[in-house]
Amino acid sequence: MSDLTALTAVELQAALAAGETSSVEVTRAHLDRIAAEDGALGAFLHVTADAALARAAEVDASGTAGTGLAGIPVALKDVFVTEGVPTTSGSRILEGWRPPYSATVASRLADAGTVLLGKTNMDEFAMGSSTENSAYAVTRNPWDHDRIPGGSSGGSSAAVAGRLAPLALGTDTGGSIRQPAAVTGLVGHKPTYGSVSRYGLIAFSSSLDQAGPMARTVLDAALLHEAIGGHDPRDSTSIDAPVPTVVEAARRGAGGDLSGLRVGVVRELGGEGAREGYEQGVLDRFAEGVALLEAAGAQVREVSCPSFGLALPAYYLIAPSEASSNLARFEGMRFGIRVGDDGSHDVDEVMALTREQGFGPEVKRRIILGTYALSAGYYEAYYGQAQKVRTLISRDFSAAYDDVDVLVSPTSPTVAWPIGARVEDPLAMYAADLCTLPASLAGVPAISVPCGLSDGLPVGLQVMAPALADDRCYRVAAAVEAALGAPLTDRLLERAA
Amino acid sequence: MSEPLVEFDDVLTRYEPVIGLETHVELGTESKMFCGCTTAFGAEPNTQTCPVCLGLPGSLPVANAAAVESTIRIGLALGCRIASWSRFARKNYFYPDIPKGFQTSQYDEPLCTAGHLDVEVDGETYRVEIERVHLEEDTGKNLHVGGATGRIHGAEYSLVDFNRAGIPLVEIVTRPVAGAGAKAPEVARAYVTELREIIQTLGASDVRMEQGSLRCDVNTSLAPVGSLEWGTRTETKNVNSLRSVERAVRYEMRRQAAVLDAGGRIVQETRHFHEDTGSTSPGRSKEEATDYRYFPEPDLVPLAPDAEWVEKLAAGLPELPAARRARLREEWGLSATEMAWLVNAGALGVVEGTVAAGASPADARKWWLGELARRANDAGVELTALPVTPRQVAELSALVAEGTVNDQLARQALDGVLAGEGDPRAVVESRGLAVLGESDELVAAVDVAIAGAPDVVAKVQGGKVQALGALVGAVMKATRGKADAATVRRMLEERVLGS
Amino acid sequence: MSTTTPASGAAPALGRQDIAHLARLARLAVTDEELDRFAGQLGAVLDAVAQVQRADVGDVAPTTHAVPLTNVLRADVATPCLPRDAVLAAAPAAEDGRFRVPRILGEEE
Ligand SMILES: [Mg+2]
Ligand SMILES: [Zn+2]
Repeated sequence: MSDLTALTAVELQAALAAGETSSVEVTRAHLDRIAAEDGALGAFLHVTADAALARAAEVDASGTAGTGLAGIPVALKDVFVTEGVPTTSGSRILEGWRPPYSATVASRLADAGTVLLGKTNMDEFAMGSSTENSAYAVTRNPWDHDRIPGGSSGGSSAAVAGRLAPLALGTDTGGSIRQPAAVTGLVGHKPTYGSVSRYGLIAFSSSLDQAGPMARTVLDAALLHEAIGGHDPRDSTSIDAPVPTVVEAARRGAGGDLSGLRVGVVRELGGEGAREGYEQGVLDRFAEGVALLEAAGAQVREVSCPSFGLALPAYYLIAPSEASSNLARFEGMRFGIRVGDDGSHDVDEVMALTREQGFGPEVKRRIILGTYALSAGYYEAYYGQAQKVRTLISRDFSAAYDDVDVLVSPTSPTVAWPIGARVEDPLAMYAADLCTLPASLAGVPAISVPCGLSDGLPVGLQVMAPALADDRCYRVAAAVEAALGAPLTDRLLERAA
Repeated sequence: MSEPLVEFDDVLTRYEPVIGLETHVELGTESKMFCGCTTAFGAEPNTQTCPVCLGLPGSLPVANAAAVESTIRIGLALGCRIASWSRFARKNYFYPDIPKGFQTSQYDEPLCTAGHLDVEVDGETYRVEIERVHLEEDTGKNLHVGGATGRIHGAEYSLVDFNRAGIPLVEIVTRPVAGAGAKAPEVARAYVTELREIIQTLGASDVRMEQGSLRCDVNTSLAPVGSLEWGTRTETKNVNSLRSVERAVRYEMRRQAAVLDAGGRIVQETRHFHEDTGSTSPGRSKEEATDYRYFPEPDLVPLAPDAEWVEKLAAGLPELPAARRARLREEWGLSATEMAWLVNAGALGVVEGTVAAGASPADARKWWLGELARRANDAGVELTALPVTPRQVAELSALVAEGTVNDQLARQALDGVLAGEGDPRAVVESRGLAVLGESDELVAAVDVAIAGAPDVVAKVQGGKVQALGALVGAVMKATRGKADAATVRRMLEERVLGS
Repeated sequence: MSTTTPASGAAPALGRQDIAHLARLARLAVTDEELDRFAGQLGAVLDAVAQVQRADVGDVAPTTHAVPLTNVLRADVATPCLPRDAVLAAAPAAEDGRFRVPRILGEEE
């Protein structure tokens, strides 16, 4: 077999089904690559090498390898709770915690016969766009090791782009799957809110968090999506509806025909008069991507969503508010680290000392901001007002979808920036999510698909669809991918050769 | 720690009390509010927990349908409006016994609002307005270690058990109750008593105050008589019996009056009730007021009970205590006062059972409020805790009615029943308690009595008929009470007066 | 808080004292250095997010759930609990089958 880590999940599936390789071989190839490359990349926080090989051997013995995702390795962002496997959410406060249960999506992947390679690095509690906020490691972008891999799912993006894993799960609260996918040349999809279980996903912002696939091709992402999606009675916000047929849509889109599809280019996201903060290279690649859609037969028009400009302030009130409450359980009483319990401090002090040492600066900033936004006398002006803005944004989407089938925009205003460049400037960091926030707030699905390079760095095109129409995202993304000819990450292979 | 108190009657010459009650009831569901853990009482610590009720990272709540229905049923029983749109909210605060750093509760969108409960004290009806009935979850339980008392104060550390964490809790909040005057303490008690009975009737909870499945916070304030403004209230926690509810209000009224009399001001604070002394003491006040930062719980979706659902629950409500009392009073032909006695004695259920087993309402009442109440009192137990069933009491009553025993023999038969010797008829049999008919034994006893008291016989024959009583007494004594007094009298009259 | 409810569009400045109050409320033992840094950074963030107040929301209803669902309930059925050993294994301190916590000063709620 050629280098197994160069294959997509679909190719691995075929090779496994044909008996050309085994899950153990595939798993070992990826573990070897992790051992060789991850010292430089820092994509993984924890590698479950022995368990992975044992699991792969089991799948091989069962004869199911190659059916669905059976026998194919995956990496999980460390935000997913995994029974017996260390889970930190990128935070010092959870150092050493081995959960007594597993997230629904982790169980579903295990049931599908996938092989867990390990847990990937992330911004602490998913707060960030660069993965520099991890308490444990800085993850590097496989395209340029001096640059960030995006965030917060930066460990997953680096792992998949760097071929340390064929597939990975990320989570997206305001863009944390799409932006890292965009800046590492991957496909990343944020499903419709409620269509993938949040049970066992360590909450950042409950009303926004959603798990989704990251892969090197649209079809790979669709396969992973179908494996994790669907109703979960343990999650009250889970939608009891069939998983959209995303694999079929990806195959259909790959045919390259988008005749009759109506595409709206969102003026407020990088269009005329809304280009501040957007890099020219990003705008150029995006324009080319839109031209590809037109060439594929789509009817493209510009659409205005006037409230999208308020997405960033609304998001940075809603997410920190919910986070301030979601993170209250990390106080050192039942799990995780405890600081200052030497008899000289009372319980309030021990909680405060534990949180002081357990949380990093970005987490503290957001907790304080969220505490403020929810506090008596401020709730209406901040949290309440932000929730109303959220309604306006949803209305903009609804109005737009009266006229078009999908909306498109750049995924991120810039390409990957140098490590350290935005660490001390929260506002600059937050601006990375400008384009991804509206879909998060409205709960609608959105995918990022590569649309070329700018100065040698990947640029992503975002496709947004109405709730539960995730298949449209995949169809359009697959058409873009087909028009470009080959997965963007193949260029990394060429470079290495 | 004794504080100056004003005599209770004296308080009322100058002040008007206003009370309010917040009652927490642990629902008797099989599983917890937001997870499937069992709610059984008394298990080993931390054996009834899961990721959800421990607040482990990543876990999510799903609301218990039975708990929601119980809350709506309680609301309906209290005449509340059932919201067509209701939500859970997060009440954010830190405490070692709350696992998530917030309590999932309801805030501005409770399930039930605007109800009322009428309670009766000394024949007068007081309406207690219910502000809201909402659903939330219980906390874990702290055990304080070290220090002298096992109390929180002075403890070196605490141990937490989360078995109770997440058990569904219904909170019933009254509006302030004014105008009860001297009866305020009793109104408070009567309210909790009635509420408890309603919830018991609904089967929503076992409402055992000693196990903490019903807990009360009592608010009390005083205003100068004639004042239009209410005074500052205190909130007394830890009130764990019906009697304590009354005592807590009484104590706070007396204490607050003393503070006000001395020109002081009442501090709005939490106070703790002490069963042993019947007094309250201030809780430790925090340096800063707590800001709970309520917001709608994003992990749960709204509750929107539609009319059909609510109507179905309403149709399934059992007969409520007040309606039952009214019906029984009518059926038994009792006065309001007679009914009140029955209720206060806690005898309604047993009397009803006794009547159902065939006794007349008057006899059933007489037994339970008379002889049985006396026995319970002597034994220091609740009336209903006596080892005698309503069916047995009905049998006793039947034995008297059919003349098998007289009252005195019936009491002896009761002795046997209470001693575990079996049903009344069996005791009468085994102890030989049946009254004597016009038997040879009785004829002989009558003859002996007549022969032994010629002077009395002469008096009777001389017209002093009431002197016959002495002869009756002699016969009764000779037969050790087994004779029927009326029969004896008739036999004596025949023989002495020849009529 | 020393600040008052903000007028439309204007973000109140968060002083060190405000940050300290919020940090206490959130059980964060922030250092003096952090207090200064956060006050500056949060001031800038607050300025940015205060834009929401300029939005003309009229009588728009707030969105708390992007996907409207109601009455998601589970049947009242007991399911297995975690073994106590597994529960206490993760505890920073345990004793007698219970979680051990430092002494509690404040009263219960
Ligand atoms: Mg409460
Ligand atoms: Zn539980």
